[in-house]
Amino acid sequence: MSENKLKMSSSPHIRSKATTSNIMLMVTIALLPAAAFGVWNFGLPAFGMLVTTTVTAVLTEYIYEKLMHKKITVGDWSAVVTGLLLGLNMPPTAPWWMGALGSVFAILIVKQLFGGLGQNFMNPALGARCFLLISFTSQMTTFVYDGVTGPTPLASLKSGEAVNSMDMLIGTIPGTIGETSVIAIIIGAIFLILMGIIDLRIPGTYIVTFVIFIGIFGHFANPNVGFFDPQYITAHLCGGGLMLGAWFMATDYVTSPITKKGQYVYGILLGVLTGLFRLFGASAEGVSYAIIISNLLVPLIERVTLPKPFGKGGEK
Amino acid sequence: MNKCTERVYNGLIKENPTFVLMLGMCPTLAVTTSAMNGVGMGLSTTVVLVLSNMLISMLRKVIPDSVRMPAFIVVVASFVTIVQFLLEGFVPSLYDSLGIYIPLIVVNCIILGRAESYASKNPVLPSIFDGIGMGLGFTFGLTCIGIVRELIGTGAIFGAQILPLADTAAGVGGYVPVTIFILPPGAFLVLAFLVAAMNKIRKRAEKKGKKIAEPQGCGADCASCGGCEGKVFPTGNEE
Repeated sequence: MSENKLKMSSSPHIRSKATTSNIMLMVTIALLPAAAFGVWNFGLPAFGMLVTTTVTAVLTEYIYEKLMHKKITVGDWSAVVTGLLLGLNMPPTAPWWMGALGSVFAILIVKQLFGGLGQNFMNPALGARCFLLISFTSQMTTFVYDGVTGPTPLASLKSGEAVNSMDMLIGTIPGTIGETSVIAIIIGAIFLILMGIIDLRIPGTYIVTFVIFIGIFGHFANPNVGFFDPQYITAHLCGGGLMLGAWFMATDYVTSPITKKGQYVYGILLGVLTGLFRLFGASAEGVSYAIIISNLLVPLIERVTLPKPFGKGGEK
Repeated sequence: MNKCTERVYNGLIKENPTFVLMLGMCPTLAVTTSAMNGVGMGLSTTVVLVLSNMLISMLRKVIPDSVRMPAFIVVVASFVTIVQFLLEGFVPSLYDSLGIYIPLIVVNCIILGRAESYASKNPVLPSIFDGIGMGLGFTFGLTCIGIVRELIGTGAIFGAQILPLADTAAGVGGYVPVTIFILPPGAFLVLAFLVAAMNKIRKRAEKKGKKIAEPQGCGADCASCGGCEGKVFPTGNEE
């Protein structure tokens, strides 16, 4: 009798119910408000783009693993998340083959060739977005809204024009499919936080650092803006891919640090880089480059911030 | 002459400097934005390689061992200067597009590597053919990379438009060039895929019992070799 009660086994003794497919499914659900708003905002082309990128991502993963005789990991939803995130990062007017090409690049080159989920050194969706951004600059940065080709609010902001922060908050502005609506993104983010999938450490540090940076240096990039000008900061927070990046892409488990201290360092780095690119870079947006550059530094950050086991490595 | 053809085969396939030895990566990645650049860079290097191999092989008994590196560099630099002036005089467009990478042939580790590991130990004729083989192998590698990058990046090969470009303004459908391939990241991508393809071909050939990839100078693979005498590849100090 007692033998059954006292089971001896090696650690871990407490197991969480979280599995990869569970978490990825939650992330997919959390992305749906932003996706739905994008489809409502931009219409059918946006829906086609989202479906194309998602289906291509899943298919690429399946075909690659089939050809390489690996375990088929399509069921873990990670390819869906990658495809959906890439779709949300595409302008609605981009041709669908571009989205498909991006998905193939994300899954095949950024993810699978480096060893599949858990081994990728940068966020696959963002890697693919930057690949497309460099390759097809004009198509990736042309935004048509209500039949009019115009600059995104962020680009107007950079050239010193006034923008409507309310529209930016709701999302009725030109931009990529999923980045425009701050409200839809925040709904998804709150869901993820409540489910315990992400915590505030990375996005919180990211956004706070970014606000401080913009508050101080906005004046130097644009002399008409005072220090900590609330309207300017709000516009920067609501514009571009900052919210989507901070809540959904910077928090990617694989490409963010696992140590707590490291997550703060990572968030600060992200905030500074994004601010730097946005204020002093050539283009108006810098979130994707900031995140993939920080992704590359994650192994170093983890190494520096590795906690010491209790009782070990004390001062000599 | 058998030895000479063997040297050419060695340089082209068995120890291809680009795909097998991975030497001279800096010009390989930097100038291969078009097929023409690849050919130009490859041939310039070949000329320098053949001439320097020849001269160093002639002088191998004269050059004292302790100052061989400076002596090699002087020989190589002289030939590079000649090639540079010839290019500037006769093909100024190629000279302009290769830019700084022409004078940098001096420090290309293929040239110094062949001088150190082959020409300084072997008679003149095989050394010349070693230079030809290695040079053509380098040209072959650079041209392959250049063709792929130019084709994907601009839709052309050797400047001739193979794939008709799309014109969105005129509403004409066609090929949309993937610009990243003529930018630095494309060089890494293409090189990696070509090396992977070469390794695949080599593995398949080896399965059929035909050994292609055998290190030069010793009969067996390097693990069982126990240190090939004097076989030095300057891998750690390229450029």
